[in-house]
Amino acid sequence: MDKNINITLKVWRQKGPKEKGAFETYKLNDVSQGSSFLEMLDVLNEQLIREGKEPVAFDHDCREGICGMCSLYINGHPHGPDSAVTTCQLHMRKFSDGATITVEPWRSAGFPVIRDLMVDRYAYDKIIQAGGFVSVNTGGVPDANAIPISKKDADLAMDAAACIGCGACAAACKNGSAMLFISAKVSQLALLPQGRTEASRRVKAMIAKMDELGFGNCTNTRSCEVECPKEVSISNIARLNREFIVAKLQD
Amino acid sequence: MTPINSKTPKGPLAEKWKNYKDHQKLVNPANKRRLDIIVVGTGLAGASAAASLAEMGFNVLNFCIQDSPRRAHSIAAQGGINAAKNYQNDGDSVYRLFYDTIKGGDYRAREANVYRLAEVSNSIIDQCVAQGVPFAREYGGLLDNRSFGGAQVSRTFYARGQTGQQLLLGAYSALSRQIGLGKVKLYKRHEMVDVVKVDGRARGIIARNLTSGRLERFAAHAVVVATGGYVNTFFLSTNAMGSNGSAAWQCYKKGAYFANPCYVQIHPTCIPVHGEFQSKLTLMSESLRNDGRIWVPARKEDAEAIRAGKLRPTQIKEENRDYYLERRYPAFGNLVPRDVASRAAKERCDAGFGVGNTGLAVYLDFSDAINRLGRNVVEQRYGNLFQMYEKIVDENPYKTPMMIFPALHYAMGGLWVDYELMTSVPGLFAIGEANFSDHGANRLGASALMQGLADGYFVLPYTIQNYLADQIQVPRFSSDLPEFVEAEKQIQDRIDRLMKVRGKRSVDSIHKELGHIMWEHIGMARNADGLKEAVRLLGELKKEFWSNVRIPGDSADLNIELEKALRLADFIEIGELMAHDSLNREESCGGHFREEYQTPEGEALRQDDRFSYVSCWEYQGDDKDPVMLKEELDYEFVVRQQRNYKN
Repeated sequence: MDKNINITLKVWRQKGPKEKGAFETYKLNDVSQGSSFLEMLDVLNEQLIREGKEPVAFDHDCREGICGMCSLYINGHPHGPDSAVTTCQLHMRKFSDGATITVEPWRSAGFPVIRDLMVDRYAYDKIIQAGGFVSVNTGGVPDANAIPISKKDADLAMDAAACIGCGACAAACKNGSAMLFISAKVSQLALLPQGRTEASRRVKAMIAKMDELGFGNCTNTRSCEVECPKEVSISNIARLNREFIVAKLQD
Repeated sequence: MTPINSKTPKGPLAEKWKNYKDHQKLVNPANKRRLDIIVVGTGLAGASAAASLAEMGFNVLNFCIQDSPRRAHSIAAQGGINAAKNYQNDGDSVYRLFYDTIKGGDYRAREANVYRLAEVSNSIIDQCVAQGVPFAREYGGLLDNRSFGGAQVSRTFYARGQTGQQLLLGAYSALSRQIGLGKVKLYKRHEMVDVVKVDGRARGIIARNLTSGRLERFAAHAVVVATGGYVNTFFLSTNAMGSNGSAAWQCYKKGAYFANPCYVQIHPTCIPVHGEFQSKLTLMSESLRNDGRIWVPARKEDAEAIRAGKLRPTQIKEENRDYYLERRYPAFGNLVPRDVASRAAKERCDAGFGVGNTGLAVYLDFSDAINRLGRNVVEQRYGNLFQMYEKIVDENPYKTPMMIFPALHYAMGGLWVDYELMTSVPGLFAIGEANFSDHGANRLGASALMQGLADGYFVLPYTIQNYLADQIQVPRFSSDLPEFVEAEKQIQDRIDRLMKVRGKRSVDSIHKELGHIMWEHIGMARNADGLKEAVRLLGELKKEFWSNVRIPGDSADLNIELEKALRLADFIEIGELMAHDSLNREESCGGHFREEYQTPEGEALRQDDRFSYVSCWEYQGDDKDPVMLKEELDYEFVVRQQRNYKN
């Protein structure tokens, strides 16, 4: 049964990208375990506003685990201690009475801090802009059932397509690698006949952009897979590597 | 008074859109390069429109409030998207999709718009598959379908429980391609705070850069608003925390009519409210009603024992369960439209049969489906939804029935648009949920995705050319024109006024109070006295807000409380307009239920002779009541009936 708990929060506060940040400690009493982690932060912010202080800035939007906006590093884990959830789906019942909880922004060279717990993840959009699409214009496409696709491939493509672009993979990686993110898009499109046509162009463009933006490479530590809220598998990285090697060999 | 002209083309229903396209004005490729279009929003409608317009050769400036266009709230749509493909050979057709949508909307939508929507629905599915959207497939490799409320055919295409996500990522990838090519310039973390008119036409916007806090001016030949709906007026809803009605509201204040604000949808299957700290409500997809059966205890003493925690739902015998939707609506059963299902749940809970510790919940039970199909089939169909439920509620829905209750979900009302999706301000267009056009008084499940993408991919890119064809001689505007300077100054004054209040209450605490007023008086069941009371309470709340809100920090800086305050100021006014519209509409239809107008069985009772029109509200100034204009709805092709889901 859910009850109310008292907690201590150590929250990273940082005014801007170029300014020095530090942890601030806050005490919060009577937190319902039925509330989500972000609802707990709402309560903290309400308290800070009452005290005339500036609330903690953090990114969040849908609060149902699909928009990929929330991005907190909680007790050393992206999206906190629960598995297969985003921060907004993490509930306070995962913490016990008297707990001290450390909250940080994503820590990765690719994601500079904007304010407090907010980071800039535009690098991920830039990687998609480099090639994460099928080059079709609106209109003039064949009937949706014109090309049958085996259920197995469609399901595998969907597994990869579940990625929400939150950045937990790069934040969890000791190399700051974005390869799980890229492999998800490369796999989704490489598995489908619609995306096959430009598969080699796509994989080369996306990898080149990733390198340019300063993300590291994969050394198979698998921390990305463990922390991914959508359980995207690193077998996608294996597929990414195969696609990349084949594409390079064709050059 | 200007008569309202919907610009609906003449001719037989099935030929209107074709005739329109055959005769509309086009813009040639060389001229497209000289024209700029602002698209505000990157959800299904905004992203698909921005991408399609850029592919055609226009220059697009695209805005979103999030850190990436991929975060727009379309992403959270779960169940699916309708199309009249008839792949299942179950008798579907464009006409039938049109008819179901018109009927589902309780005969309060424009026939020609809805027919066009049904007509282009098939192209949407083709387009998404070509983009690599991984729709669910059968073993034979062809696309699978499921059923949704308000239909007797299976016409809903889906990608597990993440259809909105996959469709949005399809549109986002098309948009990303155009950003990469330089045809779309993206402004992320930018919020539109005003629309700028020059000589009566929409010529640009003022946006607040949410990172720097500074106001910025943008000029273009046309402005498209694709900023979603306004149901966060209720504070608790299934919308994202950032979803707001402010962009549409600024358009209203600059002369665009606001249509049917009273039509909001209350979705029957959401996770019930659990506490005061709650920040949003989570939807459980309507697709669950395919296999889940909704019930409450048939005996009051059982319901009381469950509420007191003395009895478990699994202990209630079959004969003591009331499957009230199957009982009341044998023909559609658990798949009645959303408004009907929501009201039926409220009726049972009001009568004392509700469950959960608050008594404000009903059961959605999968035990029959698990017995019939096996747990693994149920898991394949709804696994992620079950997981989501368990994470939030801490109960295993494979073993105990889910608890659900209705929650605010979607706004059918919105900016009035004509057949070309243009508002009453020339050059200002509204698409997706932001407009009022296609769903009448109630939207069917899996039709929001259809409408957003129809508007963005296949309607607006045509109709906007009919407007822009006259604009090819118009050179680019400077955003230093006096109209821009004045608009920016007015916004700055408003911001300064808010910052100066320095009161005692947080924005959220006032927003929650607004939500209570809305839910109590302008929610699932409305009556004249309650609505008048709401108008009074909203007036008081507005005063409280403008005299007692506290916004810490600096306005020319990243300031989340200020962002929220600007939106809340508009939400309070939207609530007032909803109350006026609800008072005016003395009938029950779709999502608008006036207790004074119901059948002896408690079904909605329309008053076609008096209210067969779109209410179009025209802003008259902050201190004056708005004026209502009517767009009469002539039903040329469909005979209106009382909606019947019983037999």
